[in-house]
Amino acid sequence: MAVTATDVVPVRTEQDIVLSRQLVRKLLQQLQFSLVDQTKMVTAASELARNAVIYGGGGTMSWQILDNGGRAGLRLSFEDQGPGIPDTVLAMTDGWTSGHGMGKGLPGSKRLVNEFDLQTAPGQGTTVTITRWK
Amino acid sequence: MERIAILQMGKFLLVTIQVDMHDQLALTLQDDLTNKIQQKGAKGVLIDISALEMVDSFIGRMIADISAMSRLLDAHTVLVGMQPAVAITLVELGLPLTGVRTALNVERGMRLLRADVEADDHEYAGTAEGADGGHSH
Repeated sequence: MAVTATDVVPVRTEQDIVLSRQLVRKLLQQLQFSLVDQTKMVTAASELARNAVIYGGGGTMSWQILDNGGRAGLRLSFEDQGPGIPDTVLAMTDGWTSGHGMGKGLPGSKRLVNEFDLQTAPGQGTTVTITRWK
Repeated sequence: MERIAILQMGKFLLVTIQVDMHDQLALTLQDDLTNKIQQKGAKGVLIDISALEMVDSFIGRMIADISAMSRLLDAHTVLVGMQPAVAITLVELGLPLTGVRTALNVERGMRLLRADVEADDHEYAGTAEGADGGHSH
């Protein structure tokens, strides 16, 4: 599997959430993903960017365009240096929230993508990586 | 400050969301809309999201909240114009917006609102008659 393009952008403010989902939309359009696939990935990106801003105190989104034997994919990694998630099983439960959200962010995002990886520990920040294949 | 315009059409308020909203803009719309319902005595709110390419849990919650809040203020809400890809994504996200009334387009949405207001008026007239009867002797 080859990485054909990559970059990192800040995700620190509410405006960055909007900018990151617009960037993700642009990348998916370049890769000619279907409209439904675009919408799912952009929505997942929006959820995770907001988590990084609200719960993680801001962070970054790195993106990679992947080529797996001719099959294109987009991988997004949202990284923050926030408090981390003490109980990942709970955090992945529909409806559970530590804040004012609806508790759909993590479990909902997982359903919208092909691959989902959560790396976190108390005091160690949180990194969520999602991938969608064309 | 950036704001989403709220148009008045008789007893109804019309909101067309045409920008990719940041969170504060969505919250401002919620405030503006509830205030305007009260000020104008609006009976219905029509929210057109046909230009929205994405509804995440934050915007979804804002829409559901507006619907619930307007009901408390004696107004009905209809959400119109959702793109199919947005509907698919919202259900998979786990946010089916249960309780939010929808219509395919503005015209059908307006028809729903008018029917709601007529039904309310009818109910109100019935109650008033009952009260008159009680006071007549």
